[in-house]
Amino acid sequence: MADNTANLDTFPKWLRHNAAVRPDRPAMRHKDLGIWREWSWAEVNLTVRAYALGLTAHGLQRGDKIAIIGTNRPKLYWSIMAAQLLGAVPVPVYADSVADEMAYVLDHAEVRFACVQDQEQVDKILSVSDRLSRIEMVFYDEPRGLRDYDHSRLQAIDEVISQGHGILLADPGAVGRLDAAIEAGKGSDTSVMLYTSGTTGRSKGVMLSAGGCVNAARDTVAFDKLTENDSVIAYLPLAWVGDHYLNYAQALVAGFTINCPESPETAVNDRLEVGTTFAFAPPRVFESMLTSIMIRMEDAGWLKRKLFNYYIEVARKWGEKIHAGKKVPVLARLNYALGDILIYGPLKNVLGLSSVRVGYTAGEAIGPELFSFFRSIGLNLKQLYGQTEAFLYVTCQTDTEVRADCVGPATPNVEIRIAENGEVLYKSPGQFIGYFKEPEKTAETMTEDGFVRTGDAGFFEKDGQLRIIDRAKDVGKLRDGALFAPKYIENKLKFFPNIREVVAFGQDEDNVTCFINIDLVAVGNWAERNNIAYGSYQELAGNAQVYEIIAGHLAEVNRQLAEEPMMARAQVARFLILHKELDADDGELTRTQKVRRGFIADRYAPLVKALYDGSSLADISTEVTFEDGRKGVISARVKVMDAKIWPVVTGAAAA
Amino acid sequence: MKPQQQIETGATLLNVENVSLRFGGVKAITDVSFDIRKGEVRAIIGPNGAGKTSMLNVINGFYHPQDGRITYRGATRSKMRPHVAASQGIARTFQNVALFKGMTTLDNIMVGRTLKMRKSFFWQLFRHGPAMAEEIEHRKFVEEIIDFLEIEHIRKVPVGKLPYGLQKRVELGRALAMEPELLLLDEPMAGMNLEEKEDMCRFILDTKEQYGTTIALIEHDMGVVMDLSDRVVVLEYGIKIADGTPDEVKANQKVIDAYLGVAH
Repeated sequence: MADNTANLDTFPKWLRHNAAVRPDRPAMRHKDLGIWREWSWAEVNLTVRAYALGLTAHGLQRGDKIAIIGTNRPKLYWSIMAAQLLGAVPVPVYADSVADEMAYVLDHAEVRFACVQDQEQVDKILSVSDRLSRIEMVFYDEPRGLRDYDHSRLQAIDEVISQGHGILLADPGAVGRLDAAIEAGKGSDTSVMLYTSGTTGRSKGVMLSAGGCVNAARDTVAFDKLTENDSVIAYLPLAWVGDHYLNYAQALVAGFTINCPESPETAVNDRLEVGTTFAFAPPRVFESMLTSIMIRMEDAGWLKRKLFNYYIEVARKWGEKIHAGKKVPVLARLNYALGDILIYGPLKNVLGLSSVRVGYTAGEAIGPELFSFFRSIGLNLKQLYGQTEAFLYVTCQTDTEVRADCVGPATPNVEIRIAENGEVLYKSPGQFIGYFKEPEKTAETMTEDGFVRTGDAGFFEKDGQLRIIDRAKDVGKLRDGALFAPKYIENKLKFFPNIREVVAFGQDEDNVTCFINIDLVAVGNWAERNNIAYGSYQELAGNAQVYEIIAGHLAEVNRQLAEEPMMARAQVARFLILHKELDADDGELTRTQKVRRGFIADRYAPLVKALYDGSSLADISTEVTFEDGRKGVISARVKVMDAKIWPVVTGAAAA
Repeated sequence: MKPQQQIETGATLLNVENVSLRFGGVKAITDVSFDIRKGEVRAIIGPNGAGKTSMLNVINGFYHPQDGRITYRGATRSKMRPHVAASQGIARTFQNVALFKGMTTLDNIMVGRTLKMRKSFFWQLFRHGPAMAEEIEHRKFVEEIIDFLEIEHIRKVPVGKLPYGLQKRVELGRALAMEPELLLLDEPMAGMNLEEKEDMCRFILDTKEQYGTTIALIEHDMGVVMDLSDRVVVLEYGIKIADGTPDEVKANQKVIDAYLGVAH
């Protein structure tokens, strides 16, 4: 079979191939009205061909842009397929973006047609239609609420498809035209345009080539041994590279099944019903899974709780070693097997993870304990690192060499280089063609020899795994030139449940210091159990015992930092616990809960000064905004404390 | 059961004539007349204790007025029991959510289909044969409502566990399951936050559009009332003080006095 897939360089060719090779295998499922509906590859192929004919009748041509807006639904995936079949370029747009952002993307991408989910999206487009002179037709999936709309520029996707079926029946030449359109597609064509989420400035349209996408997907399908028997649940935004890669591209290349949930809220349950074998989720999803288990175990009976705690401990001790194929005593192996029957198996079943062969997480740092927990109960959870410009994968971990703090070695056929300033550069098969209509930005992102700048700083560990430490522009230097990566230190501290937020300082200073926000729930719980009375956040934050606990956490983080040659100089020397919680209402956090370091440094200048001038107490008064919008002033005297600094560990002791 | 005769949109569906309701010496409603036309959203508003809920209770046969006549679908009735009203196509929701707390969303809405079930108790008891076929048919209808109200994620959740806004939505679902011709909503948005209210408004308008249901609602949020309704009737102390389009009612001095108070 390898022979006849080698020349499949576009997704329409893969679709046709799948319909020929595995016509009866399920290609897609969608839960609708409480029932899973299924389409085989042959059915999908036929529908997409009819759809494409319908779109041709509306005038869609090779090279046109067609926007795809909505949640994960078969008809929207078919829209992507039909557009690609005709050589048009689908432009998936984030369904939750507000009309203004959407208008920017639709206008910038010069889209002629839009395929949308429902009335909500139609309304958004109509509300900005005066800025979108190029849009000719909007096709919708869900007719509800649209009955009384002016249908001169609006049509149901179903109608377009049946129109196409009509053409297929009436016009004997249609089949030939479709096949000719598929053949006309080349690997160098733009296959899809994905707009970056735009957290930093206006979003950019990343053009990806068909051949690049296919080759990248081919590599990872082989790497993770995905086959037609696998299945995934599609719940990630269509416009995000993760969905287009992990679900769409890999499904076409491997021939596996995409399952569309009933609605975004039901995705968790739907995944359980389907029993997916390949899973991707950002760390917070795994975190909420673990939290929900722990909370439910608190309410479980005595015996169950004891068993659970005992076997989770067994898993923690041996699980990862057993799954990595390392040497483990026979008794421990037997005990783990028993635990698998009693605890791990049922647990994975409840979480819908029983059949998962390969699980990935990415996007942000994952807590080592969280990561180990899932690996120890036998879930093959790994990390990957990637970005839209690479068509996702830059690095990913193999099934056996997995660690929480790294993102793995380069994916097959990807070349990685670390620039002098620590920035990670790569060359990959799926690498983008360029930003749409922004050649100067494309040029900025590329090096002269064709590598792409990620904007992230990182370095390779001794075992060849890449470790990402921070955004390259955030990485600074201490006065003596040692590397200072604030987010790296902050993340390490934030893994402690007692610590909610951290702000690290050190740029051009002698050493690193930080502000800490304690987690009121976690620390409050601890205070309750230890009979420590407190009236407010401020009082708890100033408690001497709380300071001792946090000092302990800092000592632990410093110990870890001391083991890393690159980071050892950046141990935290002094810290203080802030008297108030950092809040987006006060401008201290962004709306996405990221700390605004510069703003905080200005606002709490007296405290920053105290961190560096050696004083043990500092006075501060700050203006706060209450929930109802009123303003008030909080004054406090904050203690400053030294943290334990460890001698730098040299040599290979770290490994 | 489909209504035997079709009433055209805009024609009078329900006519209330000179209705008075007394509880002993308390006059809840005094000589009130108004009509509800097919396909409109009709709001009944008024200050607390104006007799709005009593009016709804009169319409769906829960209270029997001492005087006056109610004509529904052309037939004048004297006394009607609520279940008769229900079988004739009048459904309602309640001010305080009245669901079966221990049952799931799905089961609660299925309850709304009870009146439509035709197969014998025997078959239903064993959920077999014709009863099964009938159940599947009803389940399909209920699933469409679940989809319509976007409550798929709570299909199997006991209603008692749900937040208030969702319970209200389930209650609307149960009323819709009866395929009502006239839907009475008693404060559908009470206690909701802005977002929940907006959702509810959308569902009410979509209900009108998709199912062609005539809607009579009591609501305190004036913004909602003025946006949603085609015509508004205003009660105060059981007496009708105004009736007309939202704009007319807003400009009516008596209504302004009733809401803002007036110096004597």
